[in-house]
Amino acid sequence: MAELANKAAICDTLIDLAKIDRDIVVLTSDSRGSASMTKFADELPEQLIEVGIAEQNLVGIAAGLAASGKKPYIASYAAFLSMRSIEQIKVDVAYSKTNVKVIGISGGLSYGPLGMSHHAVQDIAVMRAIPNLKVIMPADRYESKKMIEVLVNNEDPVYIRVGRNPVPDVYQGEVDFEIAKGVVMRDGSDLSIIACGRMVRTALDSAEELSKLGISCRVINMHTLKPLDDEIIIKSAAETGHIITLEEHSIYGGLGSAVAEVLAQNSPVSMKIIGIPDEPAIAGKAEEVYEYYGLSTPSIVEEAKKLLSNSR
Amino acid sequence: MKLADVQFLAGKAAEIRLNLLKMIFKAKMGHTGSSLSDTDILTTLYYDVMQLRVDEPDWEERDRFILSKGHAVESYYCILADMGFIDKEELNTFCQYQTRLIGHPNNKVPGIEMNTGALGHGLSIAVGMAKAAKMDNKDYRVFVLMGDGEQAEGSVWEAAMAGAHFGLDNLIGIIDRNRLQITGATEEVMGIEPLVGKWRNFGWQVLEIDGHNYGELKKCLSSTPVEEGKPTMILANTIKGKGVSFIENKAGWHHRVPSASELNQAVEELSPLIGVDIDG
Repeated sequence: MAELANKAAICDTLIDLAKIDRDIVVLTSDSRGSASMTKFADELPEQLIEVGIAEQNLVGIAAGLAASGKKPYIASYAAFLSMRSIEQIKVDVAYSKTNVKVIGISGGLSYGPLGMSHHAVQDIAVMRAIPNLKVIMPADRYESKKMIEVLVNNEDPVYIRVGRNPVPDVYQGEVDFEIAKGVVMRDGSDLSIIACGRMVRTALDSAEELSKLGISCRVINMHTLKPLDDEIIIKSAAETGHIITLEEHSIYGGLGSAVAEVLAQNSPVSMKIIGIPDEPAIAGKAEEVYEYYGLSTPSIVEEAKKLLSNSR
Repeated sequence: MKLADVQFLAGKAAEIRLNLLKMIFKAKMGHTGSSLSDTDILTTLYYDVMQLRVDEPDWEERDRFILSKGHAVESYYCILADMGFIDKEELNTFCQYQTRLIGHPNNKVPGIEMNTGALGHGLSIAVGMAKAAKMDNKDYRVFVLMGDGEQAEGSVWEAAMAGAHFGLDNLIGIIDRNRLQITGATEEVMGIEPLVGKWRNFGWQVLEIDGHNYGELKKCLSSTPVEEGKPTMILANTIKGKGVSFIENKAGWHHRVPSASELNQAVEELSPLIGVDIDG
């Protein structure tokens, strides 16, 4: 299966767009290499602003640029943006409603071996609680490209989370991407798996395995975590009953919590939230850590069977 | 500076001081000492220095102002109302239910660029604005007013580095150096001296002035950049609570609200400086 890191797709798309719209600027915090933005810096040096290792300043400067007509894209580490500069994101970006796109790179368990300081598995919980801020996690290169093409024409503050590693494709070329609209990637009638980012591929693979067992599984790509597509959740609950959520994030405050909030208040069904439990995640390559915490196809198949048998 | 201009600014500043005290008295909350401290700085900026259009608040060529010490919003609102950015009647809604005149600057109010109030944010924002002006070859300047207690925020120094690194000579920082913060003397809470040396070593042009002297204020605020390619920091020595005898130099007045008799005394002190009748 072909794969590419979402950040690389974002960089290529931004280069194309920034050549046409000179107000598009990228800000980095000694992170251009990690963000795959070196190419942008080489091709459009006047439109890349290096701020150094200073995340608070990074976000404040971006807000000032946006308030003066620029279209800034921050490309810095999700772990630090979501914790160290969260007040600047809350006040200078979200509250002041400046047109800043905050791209959290190396999100989730991208830096698996480096420990909790570099794991970014609380970012969605934090960002989701901030008013005026949209939160998006694209699934693959095609969706990343389409997302950026949509965002350049959107003036709202947005937090985007991508990983460091190449992600296997879930789309083939053309993507239908609309902010706050979940996408049914595969239909099914026995249960629904709702996932975002890298986990959409895992959800599709799991659904394929489940089909071999005679279980019909719907897969929803919930690329926008806020505003959340309540409708698709309520509809799937009604049509498939059971729901599993998958996320490269703490089980507190992320996709699973968001889906549960909708279900509990509208159409409670049996549900399983699969993510990182309340502990400093173990060290290891991302794939190894996924497997340890059940974010891999065999575990998901077992959880699906359990969920179905418990409620029959 | 002509004597008539000084008299005009002094009269205006007295009027703003009186209005902000009335506003705080009515709202029963506000940052009294902080607002009185920076009134002369803001008055000089708004009535004499900055290029603005009241009827076109978003005019692209306007000079920008960021109140990084956002808690001192009362003098700011009173000036915006006096200039006509908002209706003077609206000052009565300060901090009231559903008002847009919130206790910290709100960019839903015409004339206000950004929401501030969390300390240590303004200089970074101003760096971004000044950088945008340079990128677009625009002539506008960016002014940012910080508190002295605020200098303890680490993000101020991140922005200090960036302002010098980017060579933003269109960026003018002002520190309202009244030497008091909410707990007491700045040098007792967390020493920030030597402030001049710190900013110089960070690559800024530093000017130290009397922050209540309109001539000095105007000269410094108008004649920047002092040196091409360098941002300017104006260290304005001020008196917290300036203009009302019993409020001056008292940390306790950081956000104390005057009583009715205290307000009356302030009116007695300030009214003669305005030279016009004061109504309710």
